[in-house]
Amino acid sequence: MPVLWLVLIVIALGVVGFFAGRQRALASAGGDARDLHSLPNYYGANVFLFVVIPSLLMLLMWALIQPIVIENQVEGLIPESAIAEGSSLGLVMSDVRRVADGLDAAVAQGAMTAERASSIRTEFTDVRDRLGAVGVALGSDVGSEVLRAAQRYRALSGTYGWMKTIAVLGLALAGFAYAFVSTNKTFRARNTVEAVLKALLILASSIAILTTLGIVLSMLFEARNFFAQYSWTEFFFGSTWSPNFRGGSELGILPLLWGTLYISFIALLVAVPIGLFAAIYMSEYAGPRMRAVAKPLIEILAGIPTIVYGLFALITVGPMLRDYFAQPLGLGESSASVATAGIVMGIMLIPFVSSLSDDIINAVPQSMRDGSLGLGATKSETIKQVVVPAALPGIVGAVLLAASRAIGETMIVVLGAGAAAKMSLNPFEAMTTVTVKIVSQLTGDTDFASPETLVAFALGLTLFVITLGLNIVALIIVRKYREQYE
Amino acid sequence: MTDATANPSSTSPHSGSLLEQDPLTKKRNASEARFKAYGLIAVCLGILALVVLVVSILNNGLGSFQQTFIRLDVELTEAKLDKNGNRLLADIKKVSTFGYAPLIKTAMEKKLDDLGIEIEGLSEKDAAALISKDGPAQMRNRVIADPDLIGQTVSFDFLANGRVDGYLKGRVSMESAELDSNISPQQLMLADALREEGSLIKRFNWGFITAPDASENRPEASGLGVAILGSLYMMIVVLLLALPIGVASSIYLEEFAPTNRLTDLIEVNISNLAAVPSIVFGILGLAIFINFAGLPQSAPIVGGLVLTLMTLPTIIIATRASLKAVPPSIRDAALGVGASKMQSVFHHVLPLAAPGILTGTIIGLAQALGETAPLLLIGMVAFVREYPDAPPEGFFDPASALPVQVYNWTQRADPAFVERASGAIIVLLIFLVIMNAIAITLRRRFERRW
Repeated sequence: MPVLWLVLIVIALGVVGFFAGRQRALASAGGDARDLHSLPNYYGANVFLFVVIPSLLMLLMWALIQPIVIENQVEGLIPESAIAEGSSLGLVMSDVRRVADGLDAAVAQGAMTAERASSIRTEFTDVRDRLGAVGVALGSDVGSEVLRAAQRYRALSGTYGWMKTIAVLGLALAGFAYAFVSTNKTFRARNTVEAVLKALLILASSIAILTTLGIVLSMLFEARNFFAQYSWTEFFFGSTWSPNFRGGSELGILPLLWGTLYISFIALLVAVPIGLFAAIYMSEYAGPRMRAVAKPLIEILAGIPTIVYGLFALITVGPMLRDYFAQPLGLGESSASVATAGIVMGIMLIPFVSSLSDDIINAVPQSMRDGSLGLGATKSETIKQVVVPAALPGIVGAVLLAASRAIGETMIVVLGAGAAAKMSLNPFEAMTTVTVKIVSQLTGDTDFASPETLVAFALGLTLFVITLGLNIVALIIVRKYREQYE
Repeated sequence: MTDATANPSSTSPHSGSLLEQDPLTKKRNASEARFKAYGLIAVCLGILALVVLVVSILNNGLGSFQQTFIRLDVELTEAKLDKNGNRLLADIKKVSTFGYAPLIKTAMEKKLDDLGIEIEGLSEKDAAALISKDGPAQMRNRVIADPDLIGQTVSFDFLANGRVDGYLKGRVSMESAELDSNISPQQLMLADALREEGSLIKRFNWGFITAPDASENRPEASGLGVAILGSLYMMIVVLLLALPIGVASSIYLEEFAPTNRLTDLIEVNISNLAAVPSIVFGILGLAIFINFAGLPQSAPIVGGLVLTLMTLPTIIIATRASLKAVPPSIRDAALGVGASKMQSVFHHVLPLAAPGILTGTIIGLAQALGETAPLLLIGMVAFVREYPDAPPEGFFDPASALPVQVYNWTQRADPAFVERASGAIIVLLIFLVIMNAIAITLRRRFERRW
């Protein structure tokens, strides 16, 4: 039975349970809701939750565990000899799954009867042709072991599917019966329902932890596979990046890191002075009307998607820099360059630096400004000698956050920085970054066994660790500073 | 100071006259003015960057909403399109687009003869090439939709070839056509002649918004239909998942969570997730949703899940802020008349916080709509021509997404695609502006200050 139907049946049962529970509670109080411990709806909700939650949890667990159990049982059917040279059990198993899906499709389209699908033999039928006819393309001919395993796979999936349906519906009915029987006027339905709700709330908040865990584990796992095939010293200290999908690639991260840091440096060179001065002007000089117009305008820059900046770099800034600076100065011919990506990224970061610094400058107590002005300092002297030093830790934090943004930025560098991994000082030359290489190694046809693909996970992990470190340092600085004045 | 009051007429440099500035004051005032100017320049630079960005995108992209069409009367000869003459759909479908191409050629010849246009060195094939390679398909679809047209002479508005379109938009010139193997100056002269006659026109092109993507050599036929649909599906997934989870999680953290290790851990995680580079979420999606859970590549459901995880921190932060803004007296009053903590939150605090939550959600959705990098990794870059089915099955069909379509078009060689990429950006920005406008209106109209 399809999962969607199962879910709908369970929910329908829950709705029936809601009304049944409500009715029973009212009946037990002789129709007078005042004699109940909780409001009648709580009794209904109690039954609903008891029907739906355990059975849906069961369904979820089953969906996670069933494939693992089936694979274990089917793997035993494949002898060592059936695994071709250069192949692996995992690849053969994916063939098995594909054949099984193909047989399913054939049965569903009526091209094959169910019995025939479970009894055909490679000796008598060309399975590849038959499946090709129903739109399932197979890469190679199907071996007899694979076909047998696939048939076993189908049989097991069918059996387990039925068991799943029975288990889920049984659990739903059991929950119904239990909650229904325990419903009476002294039953504390509100407390139970609220406890379940609270558990759901906790579950929802723990998704943040699960996500972080998922990120770290998935990258650690694949990065470990990578480091099993490629030495970590060469990865972290190698100065050549030349992946080659036929093997023998050199995957040193240094040129990528150099490009990343160079571009981020230029971006900060643009964003920090402009953002900082803009923040100072907005908070110290600008009148309310100027502020009301200019501040939202600058903040629009923060709401523009990065792909827009990327296109801006590609079609406007890049050609302009090439025609007016790089070519006349004889520094390069490419429109994609470190300077292009850096400047555009700097524009993207302006509102980030300015609004963070604005908050921090506003948090400096007015009494400090008044003190300085009272001693005869001009406004700019007050800012330079009192306000900025007092806000410095916060501003440093803001710059660090901006740096972490710059390092993790992808679309601007994909479109604006180029793809050549180089270590050069010339800002008008195309260089590449960690994020660009993650994209290029993971898009298109990828083979998750080769180091050229897996390296993306090691790159991702490095990126994650660097940005996480910067964020944590920045947050600590900002938090410490805030405590001083509050 | 005392000196100055004692000797008002002193002529020393530090006289303190209010009428005359001494050099030091002058210097200080100049530096003050300079500092202020720096600030103003910085603000102006920021605004200038915004203006240049918007103007450059509009400049490049507005053209893509207009497209050149060629009106041609085509005789749909029965002998070619329906040999048996019985108008059976199955038979008509057997004629591929190659069967239609000669009809266009004949129609073009006839047109030239009628008008008496003769251009030296222009072959018949070249003349027919003025019409997009998509033209035959356009005709075939119309014939299949209405088989009775066969045998009649029907007037079609064909898309013009991308280069001809570029000529009208100033991207292609006679000089560049000289060097281009895809178009010749003679063809452009023919285009000029047709334009004077009025059968070659530039008008608004709905196809750009509704049509699916087209292959490398027919930029004129490509559109955003699949991408818009894919983005819409993803936004539905994000809304359905991120809003309940985000609100539930904020309610717990703001109203129920005790101060302990677990709460701290959750808080740290949320603030960290808000700062994790978006591409890392793409890696997560690839590793967990596609490789581990076996969901299909390029499906809106996977994109939606990844974007949900990215949007959650935004929604949580906004929701917590608006929950915090509800004054404690409301909670106290509810508790005072016998509501449980849960009832006070769900019946009183949450409805009062709803406008703020909605605003935060819309802003989160707008962010998610523009996100590109993670979608590249989960296979949304694939070339998709088929519209996805209606939900819920459609969530699992391959689709594209607006920002990814932009990226896709920038990677193609034909310069016509750059124009289309900018056009797609304009569509994307229009959606973002609408969403943000709704958010701002909601906030203005419903947000209460206590």
